[in-house]
Amino acid sequence: MSESPKSGAGSDALLAADQELVPEAKSYSANQIVLRRFLRHRGAIAAMVVMAVVIVVAFSSIGVGAIPGWWDKDITTAYDKIGTGAPTWEHPFGQDTIGKDYFALTMRGTQISLFIAFGVGIISTLIGTLIGAIAGYFRGIVDSLLMRLTDVVIIIPLLAIAAVLARMSEGDLNLLILALGVLVWTSLARLVRGEVLSLRERDFVMAARAVGTSPGRIIVRHILPNTVGVITVSATLTIATAILLETSLSFLGFGVQAPDVSLGSLISDYQGAFLSRPWLFWWPGLMILAIALSVNFIGDGLRDAFDPRQTSTKE
Amino acid sequence: MTTLDISTSGATETAGDAVLSFEGLTVTFRTQFGEVHAVKGIDLDVRPGEVVALVGESGSGKSVTSTTALGLLPGNARVSGTVRVGGQVVGSLDKAGLRRLRGNDVAMVFQEPMTALNPVLTIGDQLTEGLQLHGIAYGKEAEARAAELLRMVGIPEPERRLKQYPHELSGGQRQRVVIAMAISCDPTVIIADEPTTALDVTVQAEILDLLRSLTEKLDTAILLITHNMGVVADMADRVAVMFKGDLVETGTVDQVLNHPRHEYTKRLLAAVPHLGEGPGQFGDVTPPEPVPGEAAALDLRNLVIEYHRIGRPAFRAVDDVTFHVDPGEIVGLVGESGSGKSTIAKCALGLIPSRSGSVSILGQDFRNTRGRRLKELRKRIGVVFQDPAASLNPRFPIGDLIAEPLVVHQVGDARSRREKVMELLDAVELPPAVYNRYPHELSGGQRQRVSIARALTLEPELLVADEPTSALDVSVQASVLKMFTSLQERYRFACLFVSHDLAVIDLLAHRVVVMQNGEIVEQGAREEVLRNPREDYTKRLLAAAPVPDPGEQRRRREARHALLTSLGEESAELHL
Repeated sequence: MSESPKSGAGSDALLAADQELVPEAKSYSANQIVLRRFLRHRGAIAAMVVMAVVIVVAFSSIGVGAIPGWWDKDITTAYDKIGTGAPTWEHPFGQDTIGKDYFALTMRGTQISLFIAFGVGIISTLIGTLIGAIAGYFRGIVDSLLMRLTDVVIIIPLLAIAAVLARMSEGDLNLLILALGVLVWTSLARLVRGEVLSLRERDFVMAARAVGTSPGRIIVRHILPNTVGVITVSATLTIATAILLETSLSFLGFGVQAPDVSLGSLISDYQGAFLSRPWLFWWPGLMILAIALSVNFIGDGLRDAFDPRQTSTKE
Repeated sequence: MTTLDISTSGATETAGDAVLSFEGLTVTFRTQFGEVHAVKGIDLDVRPGEVVALVGESGSGKSVTSTTALGLLPGNARVSGTVRVGGQVVGSLDKAGLRRLRGNDVAMVFQEPMTALNPVLTIGDQLTEGLQLHGIAYGKEAEARAAELLRMVGIPEPERRLKQYPHELSGGQRQRVVIAMAISCDPTVIIADEPTTALDVTVQAEILDLLRSLTEKLDTAILLITHNMGVVADMADRVAVMFKGDLVETGTVDQVLNHPRHEYTKRLLAAVPHLGEGPGQFGDVTPPEPVPGEAAALDLRNLVIEYHRIGRPAFRAVDDVTFHVDPGEIVGLVGESGSGKSTIAKCALGLIPSRSGSVSILGQDFRNTRGRRLKELRKRIGVVFQDPAASLNPRFPIGDLIAEPLVVHQVGDARSRREKVMELLDAVELPPAVYNRYPHELSGGQRQRVSIARALTLEPELLVADEPTSALDVSVQASVLKMFTSLQERYRFACLFVSHDLAVIDLLAHRVVVMQNGEIVEQGAREEVLRNPREDYTKRLLAAAPVPDPGEQRRRREARHALLTSLGEESAELHL
């Protein structure tokens, strides 16, 4: 009936369960497990591919700064108009009202929008993580002050203050990014604070404190690595928010100033042409959609990978 | 499979008499890492009025086995074999049939009464729910029946209790409520899954008394799932030992506990610390006797610790506590939950402030030490927490975890740190291969070894161990304790050993401090306190601790009942 008698010779292996380690078994760190789960999320992988294609094409086609790209037309020259300026082999995205190549313009707009989105994402993540971690770890009066500051930022209407700050940046892209970055960190700060509040009560933080570890090291080495899930997920969502915020600002005329373009300003400039020259509206619109959607999908995949309990996909 | 059935032939009856029977039960779970074979074809019967204990260590499949009787396994489980409750085959019932079965024929008593009860419903609502669902009584009648049930399980003022919420009751009373719910529909069999594991030892003894009178007075059968051999000795008629999904041995309680035949059972029993036998139970060397003279490793004088509460007076967790730990000495701090023992441990580590009194570590007062001096002082104290899963940072590989104190105190360079870690891994009997592993890849016992290695990294003069073996299986606990004594002999640290388990304290400590409600009840040399206790509370605590020998446990139980009577109390039983 039984193929392996469980007494006698095998008893040592049988009983010293505590001693046995499985060195042959494949070893995964926490991060590797997250990566495996992420790679299994089809939507996120597709979004990664879309994102990669958008980034590569946007930057390689018209080049960055002095580096030329493979597309032979630029964003300032008015070319001879072919017909109404509808898409042709010469100008695949069509031409605008004065004959500029719309593919070059859209790619430039995509570059600027991506630059703003990632810039804002990085700045707001840094601010949000710092404020959230300090508030959560030190609690008490520090926490109260920082969280009331957060509340103040939250209650100011985002678009209104962003418009004012964008005006003040006077077309300087870096200042614009900074201005948006100091406005959208609030939700991350609250999330990180919540995580830190619960993590600081965990025994491993107690153990670190008992050894004499300084608060800075506890936060950076022990607590923050454990909040990386919340931070990455929130950062991707902030990037999506930033893209849309920049688009809204540019659409309203407060964002990127001519002659430079962003996806938002392109739509704004040609909103009147929607019926007569629909391609002037659709191409930048499509790019916004592609970027915002793929960033959201990546965020979704990351959330599922970091926190399998909240998973929205079926097992 | 290879079950050694050593029941006497007269005791074996046909499965027809059994109220609960498992025949060739096999359970497999589908997981993302492949199939897990949780239960591998076991046969077991439970007869009316009988207590069958299913024992085994965590992961042996005992809870899975019992859950099949209620048909409550998750969707990824595949069950084969037959489970019979009364005359019904559980596998053949539809959802409505299963609902009728649950509560009516088979009821469950859970481990943690706080989570088994719904915190937003009154005790009355929860008790009457089962009665109404099964059509036993409705409205006023159900309420009267619920009050009757509470009275039966020995809860005073049942009418008032019905209107209360779970958090207003003590842990023991909550478990009584859970038992009242279990017997409300008069089931033929009760499955008690670690019913006393979350309870204090004195409360555990009461609950066990109550469960025992249940079988005597109502002829209810109990399938008792436990890892505690003392509970088995106290309760069971028959014992079934599970190991990795197999039933390796079944027999009467006397046969299995006193004359185990299977190698695993023998080892399991040998690993149980036996209260009253003192040190050296696992062939350990006696811990070295301390040399008095130097400054005490830890000296607490008139210590008061309060927790501030918003809008209410502060809660005094520790009140006027004075004791000391000499260099090289192990002092056991014993008490039930809420006695303030962990609070003292945290205060001794400087993690929470004291309200008044003094805490001096190695001759220095913690309260007057700041900055660099404090860090230097911390270097000389090590700490081990209860739950190794929580006390190891999940993002650090083991090597970094153990080396962390060296990094914090900037001791040595990368190479010497690595050497030190390797030396410690060797000292705690872990293979060098774990250096690059992460905590989640190790077993509970291995993690606790890592945690002890980390505490010893800086060669502390004082080690504070807060329930270091409570989260471990008994055989793992034995090996960790064994290692602990040999480490203590090697490194000669003083130790404040906090535990609720008197048997473990008996094994290790030179002196014992007994606490209750934040105050010291009794302190003195281990022999004195544990053999000839002077205080009633200590006596009661000692009397309530079960030992893994049915005969001796019976004597202890009677002695305890006599003690309770002499103290003017009743022992718990079912009031019909």
